Amino acid sequence: MNIIFYLIPLGLVLLAVAVAAFFWAVRSGQFDDLETPAYRVLMDDDSKPPPDAD
Amino acid sequence: MNVGQCFHCDAPLPATVDHVAVVDGQQRSFCGPDCQQVAELIAKRGLTGFYQFRDGPTESAASRDTRTGRWASYDRAALQREFVTTDADGSKNAQLLLQGVRCAACSWLIENALGSTAGVQAVRVDPVTTRTSLSWNPRKVQLSELLQQLARLGYTPFPYTEDATEQAATVERRVALKRLILAGLGMMQVMSFAVALYMGAWRDAEIEEFLRLISLVVATPVVFYSGAPFFVGAWHRLRARSLGMDVPVALAIGGAWAASVWNTFTGGGEVYFDSATMFVFFLSAARFLEMAGRHRALSLTGALARHLPRVATRLVDGQLQEVGVIELRPGDRVLVQPGRAVPADGVLETTAAHVDESLLTGESRSIEKQCGETVVAGSIAQTEALQFTVTRVGADTVMAQIARLVGDAGSRKPKLVEVADRIAGYFVGAVLIAALIVGVIWWQLAPERAFEVVLAVLVVTCPCALALATPAAFTVASSALARAGFMVRRAGALQVLAQVTDVVFDKTGTLTSHAAGIESIQTTGELDEQACLSIAAALEAQSEHPLARAFPAPRQGLTAADVRAVPGAGLTGRVNGQVWRIGSLEFVTGPDVDAAAALGDEGEDARLVYLAGEAGVVAVFRIAEQLRDGSAAAVAALGGLGLRNRIASGDRAGPVKSLATRLGIERWRAGMKPDDKLAYVKALQDQNHIVAMLGDGINDSPVLAGADVSIAMGSGTSLAQHSADCVLMSTSLASLPAAISKARATMRVVRQNLAWAVGYNLVALPLAATGVLAPWMAALGMSASSLLVTANALRLGRRSQPTTTPGAGSESRHVDSTPREQAACCKKTAGVAAP
Repeated sequence: MNIIFYLIPLGLVLLAVAVAAFFWAVRSGQFDDLETPAYRVLMDDDSKPPPDAD
Repeated sequence: MNVGQCFHCDAPLPATVDHVAVVDGQQRSFCGPDCQQVAELIAKRGLTGFYQFRDGPTESAASRDTRTGRWASYDRAALQREFVTTDADGSKNAQLLLQGVRCAACSWLIENALGSTAGVQAVRVDPVTTRTSLSWNPRKVQLSELLQQLARLGYTPFPYTEDATEQAATVERRVALKRLILAGLGMMQVMSFAVALYMGAWRDAEIEEFLRLISLVVATPVVFYSGAPFFVGAWHRLRARSLGMDVPVALAIGGAWAASVWNTFTGGGEVYFDSATMFVFFLSAARFLEMAGRHRALSLTGALARHLPRVATRLVDGQLQEVGVIELRPGDRVLVQPGRAVPADGVLETTAAHVDESLLTGESRSIEKQCGETVVAGSIAQTEALQFTVTRVGADTVMAQIARLVGDAGSRKPKLVEVADRIAGYFVGAVLIAALIVGVIWWQLAPERAFEVVLAVLVVTCPCALALATPAAFTVASSALARAGFMVRRAGALQVLAQVTDVVFDKTGTLTSHAAGIESIQTTGELDEQACLSIAAALEAQSEHPLARAFPAPRQGLTAADVRAVPGAGLTGRVNGQVWRIGSLEFVTGPDVDAAAALGDEGEDARLVYLAGEAGVVAVFRIAEQLRDGSAAAVAALGGLGLRNRIASGDRAGPVKSLATRLGIERWRAGMKPDDKLAYVKALQDQNHIVAMLGDGINDSPVLAGADVSIAMGSGTSLAQHSADCVLMSTSLASLPAAISKARATMRVVRQNLAWAVGYNLVALPLAATGVLAPWMAALGMSASSLLVTANALRLGRRSQPTTTPGAGSESRHVDSTPREQAACCKKTAGVAAP
């Protein structure tokens, strides 16, 4: 049963990483608009401008 | 695209198409050189996917302004200071608003077109708010070039500065979100350890101690970071020597945490980390919901303010000059291009202009203004450029005043909320005393359970319906009404509005508008009525004057040629080969006034329109006052709500009676002076009626002041002058019954919440006091109750039945449509793109 002495702290480290990642995401404004990004992905198109474009 | 329409903007094509271009291998026709150039630019960049993805016509490119000089002033550091930030690496970032962005396809086009320009580091366009973030390297490209390029694509950029309240809202939301998520993640962790502890999976004391310690590590940041607002709130309340909902919450969270820490280190008793974290999480969730509702109300104010342009074109000694709006002073002469927003309040100098005041009225419609009339900041010049003299700038403008009023109404507490607050205070006091008594009793009976029971009592009681949900209900309801063009200015007005039994209307300017219908036709006998009417109709069909709407549609085959409008006077045109003049007496007759004057004796409030041929005046049309849009429907709807409609008018009995009959109003009084009206209202009040008075706001001010709740017909300009409780911003009466329904719904929700709170506490408190509820059950119950009442209050923010926004145009969409509707617009596009 000693394994939980390692696994639970490991879980906590992962939790801390998750919280840090989330805080970063909030700070960088990713949660400010939750509606439009869902549609943005459908709009992307791989067509490249022809090389002579200015 | 249909044949006969411009490929780019869907405008009908002229008879001969001069402008064609090859797009995606197909020849397309355009309405003019501007649209053609935009389409060619898009094709050249390989971005024709735009035409597949967009879900409606694009704004015509004709109004765009691509002159280099137009944008040069934006390179000035003084102007950039307002909306441009410089990063550490020297790159700059500008916040812009774009005009003409209709949906996601537009933002895709802009991001791709601009993103491939040398020197541009990032472009991000939010199609809902049209907010654009643009980063570029100032050594490689100038801002003016990028703005010009945007204009060439057909999107006119405006600098955007976030106002302080909005900024504060963003920060508040971000912090609240971080707190909420930390609490959620922490709660889940602690809960999993708690399950292990409860089940007693490990009889091993070492492991139990370890799990408690770990729970302590996870719960501590949840309690002190996520729970900080409760402690801070409680501290503020205590310092103000009052008791709020935060006090027992903070006491419970803090107490549970402290006792658990003690028990963790001493190894005895119970730990309540699970209860504490769960309590923090669910309560944060309820607060988050309440905050979201508040912010939605705020965003309306923001939408008003953000629609003002930042740059204006000033006329100095006949020279056009681009200046920042902040530099404008009263007395300046300003030119506004069609499609642009008016930057300040002022007096129109152009003879006539069409503006869209949808931002003020919630109603997208072109309004004609004559020379000398007031134009207000935020209205949009429609078809022609207009010039005006500035009278008020910045915070003095009507729009700024409205924004302030909305803010004020939100910050001033309705009486009911004040009462609720006070009761919440007593309630909390009672809970604290009850907890103390229960604690003392349990201490005598079973000391080891005393703390647990006190904790449960503190946690389970919930004044949330009073402290959280009642204010939320009022805020959300008034912002929903404001969006529909009904401004609640006095915070308590909603409460009264819900109880109104009688609605007293003024007639002129309230039930009737000054728009028109033909009341009678008098002829000189040369031509019969019908012939005169058809000639007049043929002429007026080509006029946009409000009076022209009084005339019926012209007969088939009869059209007027060479129609020329003389603003403020009338029209001339050729019908059946003869030249006709229609309009004011002086205009149609010239010097020969006397002969014509005999025709029509000037009526009280009817307006006379004369028709003259080459031989002289042939007819006079008496244009009557017309019912305001939606009056009949509104009166019927009010009757349906069980209200007694009454008319109190200063007009003669005849017209009032006919109007009352038309509207189906049985109770009417005519020939009343303002004092009589006031006495009438007072008499009604003496019979225990609760009276809402509708008037035009200026002439009726004494009556309005005497009524229980007063509603003024607001034309944006007079807003500051009157002191009515509510202002109908739209020109239609339809939002009045909607407002009364909404007010009733608000009171219903408040009552539901209070009933729930009373019932819940009556059941929960005895259960907790007798020790049936464990602290975690108490936390769950109280949180669920909080969430329930808050969510119930937020229901009021949903759009009610369609009210007053016929043909809400694109210009007004910041105010009119919610992000969700905008997203739905984009969804259609997505549907096209998906296969």
